[in-house]
Amino acid sequence: MQVVVQTENLRMEFSLGLGRGRMVALDDLTLQVESGEVFGVLGPNGSGKTTAMKVLTGLCAPTSGSAWVLGQPVGNVSVKNEIGFLPEHPYFYEYLTAEEFLRFYARLFRRGGLVLSKRVDELLELVGLTRQRRTRLQHFSKGMLQRIGIAQALINDPRLVLLDEPMSGLDPVGRREVRDIILQLRDQGKTVFFNSHILPDVEMICDRVAILMEGRLLAMGPVRELVGSISVRSVEVELESVSSTEIAVVERMAEKVVVMKNYLIAVLPDMASVDEILRLANVHGWRLRAMTPRRASLEEIFLQEVSKHHHEIR
Amino acid sequence: MRFGDIAAIAQNTYKENLRDKILYNLVIFGLVMIGGSLLLSTLTIGERTKIIMDVGLASIELFGTLIAIFVGIGLVSKELEKRTIYTILCKPVSRSRFILGKYLGLVITLFVNVSIMGIGFFLILALIHVVPNFTIVAAVLLIFVQLLILTAFALLCSTFTTSTLSAMFTLSIYVIGHLTEDLKNLALRLSDVFSSTFSSTLLEVVYYVLPNFDYFNIKGEVVHGVSIDPATVGSILLYGLVYAAVLVALSCLIFERRDVK
Ligand SMILES: Nc1ncnc2c1ncn2[C@@H]1O[C@H](COP(=O)(O)OP(=O)(O)OP(=O)(O)O)[C@@H](O)[C@H]1O
Ligand SMILES: [Mg+2]
Repeated sequence: MQVVVQTENLRMEFSLGLGRGRMVALDDLTLQVESGEVFGVLGPNGSGKTTAMKVLTGLCAPTSGSAWVLGQPVGNVSVKNEIGFLPEHPYFYEYLTAEEFLRFYARLFRRGGLVLSKRVDELLELVGLTRQRRTRLQHFSKGMLQRIGIAQALINDPRLVLLDEPMSGLDPVGRREVRDIILQLRDQGKTVFFNSHILPDVEMICDRVAILMEGRLLAMGPVRELVGSISVRSVEVELESVSSTEIAVVERMAEKVVVMKNYLIAVLPDMASVDEILRLANVHGWRLRAMTPRRASLEEIFLQEVSKHHHEIR
Repeated sequence: MRFGDIAAIAQNTYKENLRDKILYNLVIFGLVMIGGSLLLSTLTIGERTKIIMDVGLASIELFGTLIAIFVGIGLVSKELEKRTIYTILCKPVSRSRFILGKYLGLVITLFVNVSIMGIGFFLILALIHVVPNFTIVAAVLLIFVQLLILTAFALLCSTFTTSTLSAMFTLSIYVIGHLTEDLKNLALRLSDVFSSTFSSTLLEVVYYVLPNFDYFNIKGEVVHGVSIDPATVGSILLYGLVYAAVLVALSCLIFERRDVK
């Protein structure tokens, strides 16, 4: 597997002005992203996600540490031929039409005879803006701007796509469209590095995630592993034909019991109590309707990591 | 070498400038003043042609300067403020090429606007049956070259400071650039009064480093019908272009080192 993004002990400090000291935005960040991965970065506001993007795209030079993209040091002009970037809250040249906008970015690549108009057409199609191709960006909605921004990032058919909060400000339909685009990019063998606040989106499409907090890496790994490490948190069991006198028996073992019209839902703390319930069901003639293990979602892991971190620094 | 990226940035800058309302207002004011000189000349005793030439050229210079300053200072800072620059600098466009493209875009804007005002000026001259001779055309051309320096200076400022400060710096350089002859005279005086050569040497260095906008001012010759030979115009032109090029090169140098945050 080829390593596409690599950072080593990356540190980024911002000067806050004379006498106000310095702000550490990235602190000893080391990570690797491999070719073909969809890599998600999670972190609360101000945790350094955007800063990491700026270093990787060569917009800011790190204070110390190093970073490579596609085997070359970041900031190399030749590397920029192979990457695409969607900045956070993008502002664009609003007086351009969608088509002019994409043509403008295409012209920034000095490749002779780039098959321009075909690529522009393809991208407008991909982001669903073919009908608005002659509309000026000032008349675009937030979602449409986000999509034209993604198209802009893909104009050079990049091997690595960096997206800074591609789903922010989008409605559920828009978010799904962006998710689909990212998955499509993965199917084309591209590497996607993105960050988001919207955890279910990250959980749904990422191969691996990193959790960032105050510029430090708290956890990194495949979504499954991060979720699995907390393992099954509880099991939800639905039972039928439990008589009202028997409910107390269930309640004694369950964390929580919800009695419905003709069945009940019991939330059991561990597998041992599941075994016990199944034994009792046999004895009392209860019928098992469903059994669902409840895993921790990425959101819970995220909140847990963040609060752990808060405890540590106290 | 391909210049598609610089051309794209220049074209985009020009398009953006065209949407600037200040620009239209300034050009319209300039045209009104040039036209107004016709009216003014009928009200005054004296030579009509002289007044029209004087007011016309002064208007082109004044409004050209205002355009150069007000549009020039926003060139880079607007891209930084609106963060449109992120999407450009993450493409394979070096910062120098970005600066060149921005400068070129503004030069095109200035060229179009000075041309419009120049044509207005020539039309007014045609009304009083004056056919523009070489010196008159050269006077407009030299105003344009002076604007090239001023814009380059505004660009240089905007690579490291805010638009307000850039405007102030550029305005000062405009004023100082017209006073450089006085600086030189002052230097001569000082060396007469004090025998110390330090202050006069310093002033002399300043004199050679600062642009001398008096070179570009041939209004007097135009008004008094003195003709200027092409070789002189050519050397002033060269001075202006070299000066502007040095400023642009400096801007590139500074911007290459700047972090875009
Ligand atoms: N140009 C700058 N000057 C000073 N401080 C900065 C600058 N850019 C970022 N910072 C600081 O660095 C820290 C990290 O910022 P960053 O924008 O990377 O966070 P983020 O994770 O992207 O946050 P968000 O989720 O809100 O987008 C913040 O505390 C921020 O205040
Ligand atoms: Mg951010």
